[in-house]
Amino acid sequence: MSVLVYVDSFSGKISKNQFEAVYYGSKIGSVTVITAGNTSDDVLAKLGTHGASKVLRDSSITTFDAQQITRLIANAATELGAKTIVISHDITGKSVAPRLSARLKAGFASGATALPNGDQVRVNVFSGKAMALVNLKTEIKVISVLPNSLKPQANGDSCGVENYNGNAGAAGITVKAVKKPEGAIPLPEAELVVSAGRGLKGPENWGIVTDLAEALGAATACSRPVSDIGWRPHHEHVGQTGVAIRPNLYIAAGISGAIQHLAGVNGSKTIVVINTDAEAPFFKAADYGVIGDAFEVLPKLTEAVKKFKAAH
Amino acid sequence: MKILVCISKSPDTTSKIAFTEGNTKFDENGVQYIVNPYDEWYALVRACELQETQGAHVTTITVGTATDDPIIRKALAIGANDAVRINSEARDAYFVAAQIADYAKNNGYDLVLTGKETIDYNGSQVGGMIAELMDAPFVSLATRLEVNGNTVSLDREIAGGLEEVEASLPLVVSCAKGMAEQRIPNMRGIMAARTKPLNLIDPISATELTQFASYELPPAKSACVMLSTDEMDKLVELLHSEAKVI
Ligand SMILES: Cc1cc2nc3c(=O)[nH]c(=O)nc-3n(C[C@H](O)[C@H](O)[C@H](O)COP(=O)(O)OP(=O)(O)OC[C@H]3O[C@@H](n4cnc5c(N)ncnc54)[C@H](O)[C@@H]3O)c2cc1C
Ligand SMILES: Nc1ncnc2c1ncn2[C@@H]1O[C@H](COP(=O)(O)O)[C@@H](O)[C@H]1O
Repeated sequence: MSVLVYVDSFSGKISKNQFEAVYYGSKIGSVTVITAGNTSDDVLAKLGTHGASKVLRDSSITTFDAQQITRLIANAATELGAKTIVISHDITGKSVAPRLSARLKAGFASGATALPNGDQVRVNVFSGKAMALVNLKTEIKVISVLPNSLKPQANGDSCGVENYNGNAGAAGITVKAVKKPEGAIPLPEAELVVSAGRGLKGPENWGIVTDLAEALGAATACSRPVSDIGWRPHHEHVGQTGVAIRPNLYIAAGISGAIQHLAGVNGSKTIVVINTDAEAPFFKAADYGVIGDAFEVLPKLTEAVKKFKAAH
Repeated sequence: MKILVCISKSPDTTSKIAFTEGNTKFDENGVQYIVNPYDEWYALVRACELQETQGAHVTTITVGTATDDPIIRKALAIGANDAVRINSEARDAYFVAAQIADYAKNNGYDLVLTGKETIDYNGSQVGGMIAELMDAPFVSLATRLEVNGNTVSLDREIAGGLEEVEASLPLVVSCAKGMAEQRIPNMRGIMAARTKPLNLIDPISATELTQFASYELPPAKSACVMLSTDEMDKLVELLHSEAKVI
């Protein structure tokens, strides 16, 4: 079966969740990748290692517009006769996949956490507090894959890259400027996350959080009140009304573990909780717990991580 | 300018999540419904600000049954001019989007605002689908929105940061944190909401593309391993050899 996977490569690089989407597609059928931008052949060819048999690149599109990318994917899908279209459920996927579903009248599984079983796909619902099986009732199907759902494996060689004209028309949106903090690891894609809450008392104390994150190579996150009062930027706010994440490791210091916070992080593989209050609800959701003062525990943990890294 | 704000209900964030009828239905027993926070805090409040500063006309639209009327009244109390309810169960995201797109097109709305996602099904689907069905541009996860005549300037979230973009009307925008500040309706708003128009409209026919077949709760967590503040080397070792995450 022909599967089309859209890969976002505007940054010139391929992030892990894009490899994951290609790998996901390769478990369903023969994958053609469609991408836009000017990413080099060398970089795109590597998608072959995760199961792509071919990459089509439309270089006439240079900035992201969901409408234009939707036309590109839909045209390629029609031309190739692809019955399943896969895309990562990242910021790009969230705006393109629903458009595509409406354009092609294709059933859409939003945020798949496992491979399809016939017409059924498993997705997270109720902010990760439950899972559902959704039936896709149409011949053509769109699936967006929640990052960190599969362990992608390299199992092939690089593949060919061809230039492609998708007749995607003009963009309806003009990109004026990018305001991107340098060096930060995007939170939704991070495998390791260090997060802190009101227990840290003030923004001036965040050094002990970022030190640990740096030692681990982790992204930083926070609870909602912390971003509401402006101690940390909004994009670090995790939870039911913030970003939902599912990293391999989530370390939470000085966060009580309110139900709305847990909803955004309970998909994490391993949770470490540091809190002075033995009764903090977060311990119920934790794998490892330390009852103690974050101001003492975080620096000690940072030292231990550094020691471990030096020895390994 | 005419702004259409898509308002959906969602279970209160503290609701206990459970299922009935052989795990095929959400158990609504004891569940309190609220306005989906993204729709209320960001989309609706920003629309009301544009009403106050630029004289925009703000209509809320909900695809749902009479049980949704209380949350619609709350949206009117916050400041919308009037409301529309498409009188039908919200059968799937495509069905909902088809209703809203049809209404927006036939009634000359320039700007359609949705929340980032509903906190029950978390699909982030309806906004993008409306845009496609209206053949309009879509800016998702917008954290800032300014309207200047026919030109709209926005910030949208991208991986690890923000991007400043510009588009012209008609436009569909999904709203995220940063767009506006939550407002508590005051007594005058609540009184006024009682007499503001809530128009009932019959649904158009639209096929469903998906159906939720069954639900499942995640497996219970095993007990937490407790460590003392002097055991950080041990914690790191456990994260390496037992949890295998570093
Ligand atoms: C509709 C709605 C949506 C919401 N959405 C979200 C959301 O998306 N994300 C979110 O996070 N919250 C959300 N909330 C808020 C949530 O209910 C909690 O209020 C919030 O998560 C609490 O943040 P906190 O744990 O940082 O602060 P607190 O509840 O104040 O907890 C601070 C914790 O730090 C501990 N502590 C204090 N000093 C120290 C120290 N020195 N060392 C270690 N520990 C210490 C305390 O024991 C306490 O447990 C939402 C609420 C509502 C009503
Ligand atoms: N039944 C509905 N009626 C009106 N608007 C809705 C409905 N369902 C979803 N929406 C809007 O679409 C947004 C995204 O919803 P979802 O695709 O379910 O995540 C919500 O934040 C609402 O603004």
